[in-house]
Amino acid sequence: MARITSGVGVSHVPAIGRAIDTGQTQTPYWKPLFDGFEFSRAWEEAEKPDVIFLVYNDHATAFSLDFIPTFAIGCADSFEVADEGFGPRPVPRVEGCPDLAWHIASSVIQQDFDLTVVNKMDVDHGLTVPMSLMFGQPERWPCRVIPFAVNVVLYPVPSGRRCYALGKAIRRAIESFDEDLNVQIWGTGGMSHQLQGPRAGLINQPWDQAFLRDIAVDPLRLAAIPPEEYIREAGSEGIELVMWLIMRGALNEKVEVLHQHYRVPASNTAVGHIILKQA
Amino acid sequence: MSKPRPYDDVPGTTVFDERMSRKGYHLNQFCMSLMKPENRARFKADQRAYLAEWAMTDEQKQAVIDRDYNGLLSLGGNIYFLAKIFACDGLSFQYAASTMTGMSEEDYLSMMLSGGRSPEGNRSKSEWK
Repeated sequence: MARITSGVGVSHVPAIGRAIDTGQTQTPYWKPLFDGFEFSRAWEEAEKPDVIFLVYNDHATAFSLDFIPTFAIGCADSFEVADEGFGPRPVPRVEGCPDLAWHIASSVIQQDFDLTVVNKMDVDHGLTVPMSLMFGQPERWPCRVIPFAVNVVLYPVPSGRRCYALGKAIRRAIESFDEDLNVQIWGTGGMSHQLQGPRAGLINQPWDQAFLRDIAVDPLRLAAIPPEEYIREAGSEGIELVMWLIMRGALNEKVEVLHQHYRVPASNTAVGHIILKQA
Repeated sequence: MSKPRPYDDVPGTTVFDERMSRKGYHLNQFCMSLMKPENRARFKADQRAYLAEWAMTDEQKQAVIDRDYNGLLSLGGNIYFLAKIFACDGLSFQYAASTMTGMSEEDYLSMMLSGGRSPEGNRSKSEWK
């Protein structure tokens, strides 16, 4: 049977992708950030996951204002790397896992979460930057990926409570798939940041640190945070952190923190990272 | 009038809800079109001619020409859509964010390097009076 072995929380700032793609990772500005992912890359090499269930948000790339699905699951064989306005990132195409993705879609919809099934979708920095941080710059990505896009752009966005419950449904779906697969679930985005308006540049380190602590030990506190608290305390784009709750909901009640990292700034953003192993 | 929202009190922040999205549909779809290289080339060659193809208000078109990002936010633009304009100009998110704060890019960068803008004094519109 397929099993979820661990969860990863990781930010997905576009400037991180640019730093990797242009060979800037060892500059004084970027080195402290990338040093915090050395453990993670070595860990992934040892773990050799078969599939990543990758929760991220599309940043007006695959979804314009024509269609805005709240939860969308990528069921295609593969996903092209998007041109976000300055040419696609020079990273490998993302190979999907359609058998498992379709199984999850069917199972989760029957558990009353109305997913949108996507058969064609380019993936943006929200998905590719975490892949680069966790796997470096390989010729081909070492595993298959199920992209799971969450709307955190148009309000209202799904609540933390709903995201946490959805994680549980996704876990039930994965564990009922009849193939022996090592599956990781990643929640991406955040931490505190605001990219717009006169208040841009907001960073709330104590709030972020409490979130990093409680994603392991008290996810129910986090699941109860209303959207306006994210906006007020973690900046208008800090709301992306609800996606970490999908990851957390899919794990055991008790988890072991294998690694964590926090760095300010990456461009406009506080970067957070955590690896949680099923305990 | 639509009902007030719990986040309306957060200063210097435009939350992209249905009020803004309905205002900004054509503006944001114009931004989206700049993801195609051929459209970027046409836009750069003649901005007004390219904008004329879109059902945007004159105010929205002028704010695009002026690269007035705070203006565009108030006219229904969403930051991830507006990002296609500054990406097309070859400018970074950090640069664009600095222009919205009224700071120089240098001052904004040094604020970020020293830990970013604190939430203290920035939680409620009453603190900005």
